[in-house]
Amino acid sequence: MPKLNMVQAINLALDELMAEDESVVLLGEDIGVDGGVFRVTDGLHAKYGEHRVIDTPLAESAIMGAAIGMALGGLKPVGEMQFSGFSYLMIPQLEGHASRLRGRTLGESHVPLVIRMPYGGGVRALEHHSESREVFYAHTPGTKVVIPSGPRNARALMRAAVLDPDPVVFMEPKRSYRAFREEVPDAPETMEIGRCHVEKEGKDITVVAWGAMMHTARKAVAELEAERGVSVELVDVLTMAPLDGETIAASVRKTGRLAVIQEAPRTYGAAAEIIAQVNDKALMYLEAPVKRVTGYDVVTPYFGRELQYIPTVARAKRGIEEALDF
Amino acid sequence: MPRKELATWSVSYLQILDEDGKVDKELEPKLSKDDLLAMYRAMVWGRITDERMLKLQRQGRIGTFGPSTGQEAAQIGTMYWAGEKDWFAGAFREHAARLHRGESLERQLLYYNGWEEGNLNAPDANPRNLPISVIVGAQALHAVGLAYAARLKGEKDTCVLTYMGDGATSEGDVHEALNFASTWNLPVIFIVQNNQWAISIPRAKQMKSRTIAQKAVAYDMPGIQVDGNDVLAVSVAMQEARERALKGEGPTLIECVTYRLMMHTTADDQYKYRTKDEEEVWWRRDPLVRFRKYLTAKKLWSDAKEEALQEEFKAEMDRQVASFEARKDFKLDAPFDHVYGTTHAVIEEQRAEYLDSLAKEGGDA
Repeated sequence: MPKLNMVQAINLALDELMAEDESVVLLGEDIGVDGGVFRVTDGLHAKYGEHRVIDTPLAESAIMGAAIGMALGGLKPVGEMQFSGFSYLMIPQLEGHASRLRGRTLGESHVPLVIRMPYGGGVRALEHHSESREVFYAHTPGTKVVIPSGPRNARALMRAAVLDPDPVVFMEPKRSYRAFREEVPDAPETMEIGRCHVEKEGKDITVVAWGAMMHTARKAVAELEAERGVSVELVDVLTMAPLDGETIAASVRKTGRLAVIQEAPRTYGAAAEIIAQVNDKALMYLEAPVKRVTGYDVVTPYFGRELQYIPTVARAKRGIEEALDF
Repeated sequence: MPRKELATWSVSYLQILDEDGKVDKELEPKLSKDDLLAMYRAMVWGRITDERMLKLQRQGRIGTFGPSTGQEAAQIGTMYWAGEKDWFAGAFREHAARLHRGESLERQLLYYNGWEEGNLNAPDANPRNLPISVIVGAQALHAVGLAYAARLKGEKDTCVLTYMGDGATSEGDVHEALNFASTWNLPVIFIVQNNQWAISIPRAKQMKSRTIAQKAVAYDMPGIQVDGNDVLAVSVAMQEARERALKGEGPTLIECVTYRLMMHTTADDQYKYRTKDEEEVWWRRDPLVRFRKYLTAKKLWSDAKEEALQEEFKAEMDRQVASFEARKDFKLDAPFDHVYGTTHAVIEEQRAEYLDSLAKEGGDA
């Protein structure tokens, strides 16, 4: 079992899928010869050729729109948005067509495609390269939104996304791309899209996070457990839409307390929806108000200030303790 | 380093049958009697059903729609020459073309009365028809992807027809599609129905370009302007474009100069922004009238045949309207069946809530 970082793990998943199925094609800006600006598609152009690893002109709407046509024409396209901050140009195609064609045609047509995009902050990048806007996509019926948190689940979820019959927005937390390595099994594996994952069981409080915040949450939980002797249940969202509220609610019914760690701005963020679903399904089990630790409702700051904007381990810990100590 | 000319360009215009029905003998294509009559029939069916739909809308029997009266030559002159394996990525004003591709009037009525059932191709229409695309210009990009897929899969007899209006050529998606299709040398035929108006915006306010065909020049692909009310000229341009596409010579843009003789949609009043006099000029260029004159001169058509055709179509329309109005078999929770291709608790919980509401409010699922 090799130890891979997330970039290598996603690359491995794409490689496996392309080897298995000739209809899988990749398209995006600089993904071919260059291997993508983060090298996620490195080596695939040489291996599968320019007709399956397609360097496109610079146009995000066209990447999405062409991917829709490709999917309708029998291919399984995996498009790349170079950064999620550039992906808004493709929203009309995603919202207007990819997510609707199944419903529009009562199932006669559907659009199996994946749009990958690095998202989130913490890599000292220029403006528009650090946002966390998962709810733009999660609020689009018909679209699935998947957010891995580590190399192993990234590889498994990418496989699931490409095999899925629906459009999947696959948001890759770029801060976690090379932050750590994990053992990845030799054989391909998948995870079910539409399920949250209880990464670690515990009994005193439930902590929910996703993407790069899982890395932050893991550290916060480990420190709190060591310092205070508490037992924390850690839930990784993994699929933002459709949201598996029941797994989160089941955990809250067990622990009675909940903290949600979110990188994105607070208002209308995913944490709000998670809390609403817990209210629907487990309100009477709550022993304390739910705490959310989030980014702020400000324009995402340049990287000089971003480390104070993104929830830190210390801030996550304080939030969890607030819910614990109420 | 001298300053020198790097490129020159020109755009050609083609008209074969003028508005009086006079044909240019040198340019006249050698079309068979069967083809000519079949095209005429398809144009009349497009017109007569459009008129019936307008009446039905005014009577409150269907919802809003965008009539395509006046644009039959542009639509049939292109679609008639499409192959079975060709893809059709249309917009929302290709009524005649859609009917010709096998969509029934009944289906159109379902669509315009608010039922997704009107988008189903099965069982009668070509499975390579994409449903109506309301977002202006978006479908041009789907055509690019379809053409790419066809080529990668080695479908040598497939090209893609995508339709749009003059206004759509201001949209970024259309320019991105032209660029992608050209860069990748794809078998796409961009058919622009330049009907002079994008709701209330006349072509002169939409662009400074003297022609829409010249927009192809920027992407180094052939662009031609044709009299879009002349079905012979449209046919010739379409046949040339399709031949190029199938030979691997890439995309073509055909600008069909035509006119939207009616309102933008039935929710629109065109006299807020244009005059009846202007419409009169274009009624005199009616594509059906001139084509009928041409067929009559060739002794392929007569008043008696016209009368019989109108009677036949009227009966067929009556039958399909009755069939549409008898439809009661709508599954109200169908949208919940088709959010995803997989089941999920979120959707099923909400479906249960929806069905519960229907039951309480006396609805019928």
